[in-house]
Amino acid sequence: MMETQVDRELLEKIADLIGKPVGAFNIRKDTGCDGRQSTEHIKIDSRTDGKSGIDIRILDGTVGETCHIPVLITKSGIEETVYNDFYIGENCNVDIVAGCGIHNCGDQTSRHDGIHTFHVGKNSHVHYTEKHYAEGDGKGDKIFNPQTIVYLEEGASIQMDTTQIRGVDSTKRYTKIICGKGAEAIVTERLLTHGTQLAESDMEIVLDGEDAKGRVISRSVAQEQSSQVFYPRMVGNAKCFGHVQCDSIIMGDARIRSIPEITANCTEAQLIHEAAIGKIAGDQLLKLETLGLTEEEAEDCILKGFLA
Amino acid sequence: MLELKHISYQVSSEEGELGILNDISLTVPDHKLVVFTGPNGGGKTTLAKIIMGLVKPTAGQILWNGQDVTDLSITERARLGISYGFQQPPRFKGLTVRKLLTIASGNEKLSKDQCCQYLTKVGLCANDQLEREVAVSLAGGEVKRIEIATIRARNGELMIFDEPEAGIDLWSFARLTETFEQIHRQGKATMVIISHQERIISLADEVVVVAGGAIRQRGSAEEILPLILSDTLGSCPVMTKEGAAK
Repeated sequence: MMETQVDRELLEKIADLIGKPVGAFNIRKDTGCDGRQSTEHIKIDSRTDGKSGIDIRILDGTVGETCHIPVLITKSGIEETVYNDFYIGENCNVDIVAGCGIHNCGDQTSRHDGIHTFHVGKNSHVHYTEKHYAEGDGKGDKIFNPQTIVYLEEGASIQMDTTQIRGVDSTKRYTKIICGKGAEAIVTERLLTHGTQLAESDMEIVLDGEDAKGRVISRSVAQEQSSQVFYPRMVGNAKCFGHVQCDSIIMGDARIRSIPEITANCTEAQLIHEAAIGKIAGDQLLKLETLGLTEEEAEDCILKGFLA
Repeated sequence: MLELKHISYQVSSEEGELGILNDISLTVPDHKLVVFTGPNGGGKTTLAKIIMGLVKPTAGQILWNGQDVTDLSITERARLGISYGFQQPPRFKGLTVRKLLTIASGNEKLSKDQCCQYLTKVGLCANDQLEREVAVSLAGGEVKRIEIATIRARNGELMIFDEPEAGIDLWSFARLTETFEQIHRQGKATMVIISHQERIISLADEVVVVAGGAIRQRGSAEEILPLILSDTLGSCPVMTKEGAAK
């Protein structure tokens, strides 16, 4: 595994990884495999259908294990679509850490479209973390278009935490989670755009089974001339509970559209949505200034807290 | 020592210039507890905000420990030891009680124990509150108590409290007055408290009655309290009528 300073910094940013990961991992770098390790319970293999990407199979009853699958793009001009499929057995409790870091110092576009499909078996819990980060002073765009499709079987649950703070020129995100009986999906989304960046997040949570639960907590900050569009949808097809909460802070000349949608196809479906867009409140800044922070420090503190 | 010299604050309205504060001069000696009281709209809060820098006076001078702070920013005044408890503290999505106390204390490594002490002193259970967000989910009284805890954590030489009792239940109120007594006894901070409460007024070394944008009366709690009470009764037509019916 060849590791440069850029690799190390990107890995730390996107996967909190310092050094070689413990447990199962697959490191994809500039379209190639830069390191892979399966464990007794987590098997990682290249796909056999000709598409780029990996299959991850997690055996029944795997508890307390972690699987890291970071992606690094360090060369300008790489554009890729990668298909990763997760097959998680029954009664598991695992952490999956994905994330992509782009370092683009060139003039050509770097783009990574990660298509992830999760099949989560009965009574299994998955904590899925995904961080997107991009840097580099070249003129080339840094683009992510992730798609995440999750099938939750009876009693299964996923907590999906996605973060994209700065650096990404354009992102179009699509997330779909289908919850079976008693399944639960919790999605937290954190996003900060600046410059002329664009971000779109299209999300659909389908509460198909009785007693399914869904919760979306989206917090975003749009600065300068950036623009964001949120389209979280919650569909209740059975006795279920769903809650969508979108909060955005708007700054500078930014633009934000937030369009939460709830659909009930059953009288026992209980669905709530809340959406708010606003600037940082003046009294919040004043309060923090009375505690000794400058206006800039106060703003930074409010944004960090909001996106934490 | 805090010195206010000829402070005025005027705003433009349709009827011309309106004087919110008119030529107020006042000195608060070190380590004294001074209560500003008086009718609503009389100018108490504006005066307190002028001390913190939240409002800029249209005339006059503010001296803190001999230094002219009139043109200093809020942040600069805060760093000189002036602190301010808001009557209606703002809420912050994502900022925890612990983080707010940490910022207030200026100590990045503020321990959990220290946080707990600040919260316990305002009648909050620290374990329940520390990691909670200071957001809309907190009750009004809780936010108010957290506000007072931040001022304690700030540990400034000058503590200004704008109606600390507003929104606080009776139970916590007893604790609140104890807190003020305790700070006062320690003798390290100068306190300016805006209050309508007899129990808080009675703690004061000096009571300043602000009404109509001017200082109407000054004196000890013993001198001023009876005057306030008689004035209140005297100016209330219902009470006068009932009194007359007897």
